[in-house]
Order: sequence, then structure tokens, then C-alpha cells
Amino acid sequence: MKARVIVTLKNGVLDPQGKAIEGALGGLGFGDVGSVRQGKVFDVELTGANKDAARAELEQMCEKLLANTVIENYAIEIA
Amino acid sequence: MKTAVIVFPGSNRDRDMFHALELITGARPQSVWHTESTLPDVDLVVVPGGFSYGDYLRSGAIAARSPILNDLVAKADSGVSVLGVCNGFQILTEAGLLPGALMRNAGLTFVCKEVMMETVNNATRFSSKFTEGQVWRCPVAHHDGNYFADEATLARIEDNGQVVFRYADGTNPNGSINDIAGITNDKGNVLGMMPHPENLVEPLNGGLDGRLLFESLLNKAA
Repeated sequence: MKARVIVTLKNGVLDPQGKAIEGALGGLGFGDVGSVRQGKVFDVELTGANKDAARAELEQMCEKLLANTVIENYAIEIA
Repeated sequence: MKTAVIVFPGSNRDRDMFHALELITGARPQSVWHTESTLPDVDLVVVPGGFSYGDYLRSGAIAARSPILNDLVAKADSGVSVLGVCNGFQILTEAGLLPGALMRNAGLTFVCKEVMMETVNNATRFSSKFTEGQVWRCPVAHHDGNYFADEATLARIEDNGQVVFRYADGTNPNGSINDIAGITNDKGNVLGMMPHPENLVEPLNGGLDGRLLFESLLNKAA
């Protein structure tokens, strides 16, 4: 089973890298970029077949390692 | 005072810390590899600077899940002094031993220079040899030192006197909220700081300002 975990910065957390990317996009002539926030994507392959169990396990992975919940949110997509 | 230094793959300030601890305590620190399960019986455990696991995932994130961390958390809970410097500070926040998080520097660049520090709380075991408000020199060398905590956490640590060191004289090198350079946990026995006091402990370093932190701990252990 393939799963995708998307980790993004929480609202209100400054994202200097996103700001720099935003500035670079502006420099390339993309004039209608309002703002950019950057994040991370993890593609995780799981051996089990039970989607509910996989989701619960992925949540634990996010809480324990993949995301720092002080500053980040996560979302889980299971194919 | 008996001390130990935890070493991770990618630690690179462990030897500087060893040298400073031996110089100031007169006793050789014990080196503890991250895969070990128990720490020796010591007064102070130091998590040194460096780039543990190449800063993969987030700075300090992988190291904070090392086997030795279980005993570090237990020792911290029992009141043993724990000092995290630079990557050590990042590891302690990732491990949940200290509140908040350390993010990419606001200027996006690695900063390697000297800053001015203000000791804003000298009633801790890490700062008793400083005077309240004392401004001192300290080197920094980091890419992810931008301290962040949400509003409620920030209010709590400020009210509790957990902010021990702030960047002074406009020298905040990384955009840290409230100019925070070093904080303790709520019990006051765990301190994390981005600057490197171990690199200013003898005349050859160009100054002795960092000694006061270690001498405060000596004072506590005596």
C-alpha cells in the first residue's frame, strides 16, 4: 500500500525559505504570486493491507518523527 | 563535578566540549555513544554541537530518537543537569525536554561570528556566576538557530524566568523571537542555548566569558 504524508508549517510560523522562494519567483517574472509556504512530502510504502490500521500507524509516525507538531501540521493520503 | 558528553554520528563540537569540561572541572568527561542505553552516574550531561545525522529531516530530529535519549529523559526527570549547545539545543527541543523549536535562520545563511549575550536570569544553576543583566561575548555557528514558540508557550517561559540568555546590543544573528538565545525547562535543570560557551574558556580562545556558565554548574555541584 502506498501512502503520502504531507508536512506543512503551521499558520503563524515564519517561513524564511518560503519567503525566499516567493522572492525568486517574483524575480523570474511571476508577478501574481501572493505568497509561498514550503513543506515536505514523504512517500511511504506499507506492507499491510488494512487502510484504517495504516492510517493509525502513519499518524503515530507523524506524531513521533515525521512532523514536529510544535511548528508543523501533517496530512495523510492513502492510495 | 562528574560529567558526560553524548556523541552522535555528525557531532563535531564534542571535543571542544570535552576540552572545556576537563579544563574547568579538572576531571575527564565520559564519552557516551548514542546507541548506548544508559548514561553513567554524573552531575552534568552535555549534548554537544554539530550536525547529527547531517541535519536530515529537521536539525536534531533523528538524534532525538536515539536509544540513549530514553535515559537522558529519565536523568533529566530525576534532576540531573543537562546542557545542550547548538545542535544539542535542537536535539533537546526535538526530544521534548525543552519547549519550542529551532528553525532556519531568518537571514537564511549560516552564521559564524561572535554575538553579545545578556544574562537575564542569574537564579539558575547554569547562570549563578553571572550578574543579572551581565552582557558577555559568545561565538555562534549555526544555520537553524531561529527560536520559535507559540504565543502561549512564549508567555509561559517568559513568566517562569525560563529565558536565561538573550542576544544583546542588536546582535540577534538568526531572528529568534524575543532575542532568545538560551532557555531552561520549567524545573530549571535542563538548559539549551545556540551560542558556544565552550569556545571561550581560555586566553587562547580570545576570552574567558564562557567559563562563567561552567563555573556556575561547578558551584551547584560543590
